[in-house]
Amino acid sequence: MPTIDEYKPGANHFLMGNEAISRGALEAGVHFASAYPGTPSSEIIQRLSGAAGAMNLHVEWSTNEKVAAEGAAAAAFAGLRSLVAMKNAGLSVALDYLTHLAYTGLGEGKGAMVTAVCDDPDAHSSGDETDSRWLAKFACTPLVEPATVQEAKELVKWAFDLSEEFKCNVMFRGYTRLCHASSTVEMGTPERIEKKAFSDNNRSVTPYLAKPKHAAVLLKLEEIRERFEASPFNVYQGPEKPELLILCGGSGWLCAMEALEALDLTERVGILRLGTLWPFPNRVVRERMAGVKQALVVEEVDPFMEMHLKELLADAHMEEKVIYGKGSKHIPAYGEITPDRVIQALSAIFELEPQGRGNDYQKAVSNLSDELVVSRGLTWCAGCPHRASFWALGRAVKADGRNAYVTGDIGCYTLDVFPEGKEQMNLLHAMGSGCGLAAGFGQLGKFDYDQPVIAICGDSTFFHSTIPALVNAVYNRSNMIQIVLDNSATAMTGFQAHPGTGFNAVGDPTTKIDLEALCRSLGCEVAVSDPFDIKGTVKTMRDLLKRDGGVRVLVLRRACEIVRMKAEKNKPFAMAILEDKCKGEECGVCSSAFRCPALYQDSETGKTRLKEEMCSGCGVCTDICPFQAITREETAS
Amino acid sequence: MTWTNDPQNLIVCGIGGQGNILLSRMIGRILTGKGYRVNIGETFGAAQRGGSVYSSMRVSRNRDFGPLVPLGSGHLILSLEPLETLRMLQFYGNPDILTVTNIQPIYPVGVLSKRVEYPNLDRLLQAVKELSAGTWVLNATQIAMDFSAPIVANIVLLGALAASEALPISMEEVEAEIRASFPGAKVELNLKALRAGFQEASRN
Repeated sequence: MPTIDEYKPGANHFLMGNEAISRGALEAGVHFASAYPGTPSSEIIQRLSGAAGAMNLHVEWSTNEKVAAEGAAAAAFAGLRSLVAMKNAGLSVALDYLTHLAYTGLGEGKGAMVTAVCDDPDAHSSGDETDSRWLAKFACTPLVEPATVQEAKELVKWAFDLSEEFKCNVMFRGYTRLCHASSTVEMGTPERIEKKAFSDNNRSVTPYLAKPKHAAVLLKLEEIRERFEASPFNVYQGPEKPELLILCGGSGWLCAMEALEALDLTERVGILRLGTLWPFPNRVVRERMAGVKQALVVEEVDPFMEMHLKELLADAHMEEKVIYGKGSKHIPAYGEITPDRVIQALSAIFELEPQGRGNDYQKAVSNLSDELVVSRGLTWCAGCPHRASFWALGRAVKADGRNAYVTGDIGCYTLDVFPEGKEQMNLLHAMGSGCGLAAGFGQLGKFDYDQPVIAICGDSTFFHSTIPALVNAVYNRSNMIQIVLDNSATAMTGFQAHPGTGFNAVGDPTTKIDLEALCRSLGCEVAVSDPFDIKGTVKTMRDLLKRDGGVRVLVLRRACEIVRMKAEKNKPFAMAILEDKCKGEECGVCSSAFRCPALYQDSETGKTRLKEEMCSGCGVCTDICPFQAITREETAS
Repeated sequence: MTWTNDPQNLIVCGIGGQGNILLSRMIGRILTGKGYRVNIGETFGAAQRGGSVYSSMRVSRNRDFGPLVPLGSGHLILSLEPLETLRMLQFYGNPDILTVTNIQPIYPVGVLSKRVEYPNLDRLLQAVKELSAGTWVLNATQIAMDFSAPIVANIVLLGALAASEALPISMEEVEAEIRASFPGAKVELNLKALRAGFQEASRN
């Protein structure tokens, strides 16, 4: 696959939304790019890392979104162009910095900074579907949002120019159906802006000064609003005098167009699409509203545009207009926008009967689906160390018998709480929260809390936000165990490097941060175990549980199976099942309890069988089987 | 084929890890190369780990369409697993839909834990046929295993797609795409898998 800088200008290529954002940044002359990976944003920086050498960029996986934003801001203060990318949850981490940055702006160095934040409506791969648009407003930061993959590329360039002109960070909102959509994109020309980095700005946020700075930012936002009123990314299409106006941002546009065509309403309904969302381009919207009696706001998750529309109508004494959207319950305030949702809303407003697939077909498909379709739960890959880790944890907790309470964190190990996981984790919230929560529970002894407390995090999450929580736990003498599932990758988001891997974003070797030494230096008792050594791991866990008091850390170290397989390309063990020893369904330990996807029970014999094509040859099931019915033999390699 | 629907709505589905995304990308690149506007929607991350995955694909001669296919509006399902074929028919099926499907089941992990039971395969395939205007069925996994490479089942299926003529894609174009997509050492294996899929589906 060519790197993102190699596509020839003028050529059409099939790109993912995130790749188009990367390419747009290159065409804007970006110098510095940083991020902590998070779905659906990760590929932006991943693709730029491939171009780092040829285009002389600095590209980094930062340890979290806040330091990623701070690094990008530094580059902008030194006169360079920088891009920082994150998912919606990451914006909350970076927000403290970004709110303060808004007050000072980027200074006089003619740098530029774009913050790409990628929301996940429908929470396909997130713990929430928070709507980042409010946070742009909260942080006094202009916000733009593209409608198509091609436009994503163009809008990133526009955002960089806007940032340089107004000396402020500009927020660019992506969303799953843009970031992870792929489309035909026409290439522009990558820019190399040769510039010596230099900084002599004095820009600080302090009490007393904050108020006048806030006032100045509000004035600047009014200037930006004027620019937005004339933006080429705010487009009206439709009849001169529509019966209804659809107001949408980037994410609703293609759905709205499709719905109008499906219902044959293109001659009756117009669409005003805004690519610049904050400051809200009041005049553009007001002028369009003057000509219609009613509007439908098509946007996903919160009624952001809808509330600004209602506000401007109130200000303009145009309250007689009828507004459909979240308030009227025509579009739900959760989940992503689909063509069907818009078709439904328009059908209700215009009292139309949407075209179905015919009663006979509907009936047949419902009956057959009810009869035959079963759910397909998510699970860890065959050979995943997490399955073994949670298996051992379940054994240790049970043997301990004191009703241990387990707090979890964000990564592949989150699958533990899914129906096909091991259901060991009791609480699961945000990145790094596992340790923070455990530290809290570990303080409750004086209130007669007598359950052992165990926090789980991954290696990448450890560096992201567990460290401050762990320091807090040690400092305040909490009573807890922190388990770090060290699989040598940020696996869930695509195996990105992190400070514990010894490599950086562009693949160069770097200092490998030793997390055990770090924990020991904090005064924690640290143990290390291989999760594939089930017996040893259970014993270590039980020992740590027995030593009540203080902060104990257990590192369970074993590389992610996908990472290992890519590097080693072999199966460590050849596995076989001895049918005469297998007790089959009456036992069920390897199948119904351990649930490795490479095992199944033969429906005729009831015995366990191996799915050769799925098996990774990890050998763990040999140790799981109570009847020694699964054998493993080391392979030659 | 005659281009009667614009856009053509294609669903490519399977289980995380079967190469479903690669498959939809290859089709996307081929059609983009022929001047069509192609838009694909995917989700990955949590959805990859053993769960159902699908790409929804819009192909138009005129303009961009949103990546999501409206419910009940699929024209073609290309599926790496038979239960997933029916799951997608449930959402996108209609009396005119065509299906090209692998018949090798992959059991959900819930079958192991006894939370669910995998449906009878004959009954499942019969349902797929009942709900489709045309079907091409083949054991792409077995064909791929015959090459000692279960991973190329997706390319076997791509051969079957070319044979179905349900999309304006010729074998020459797919072969060119394989040569462009895979490193040299892998090209021959994938071409073999492709041709085997084409032959198998041509007999349907």
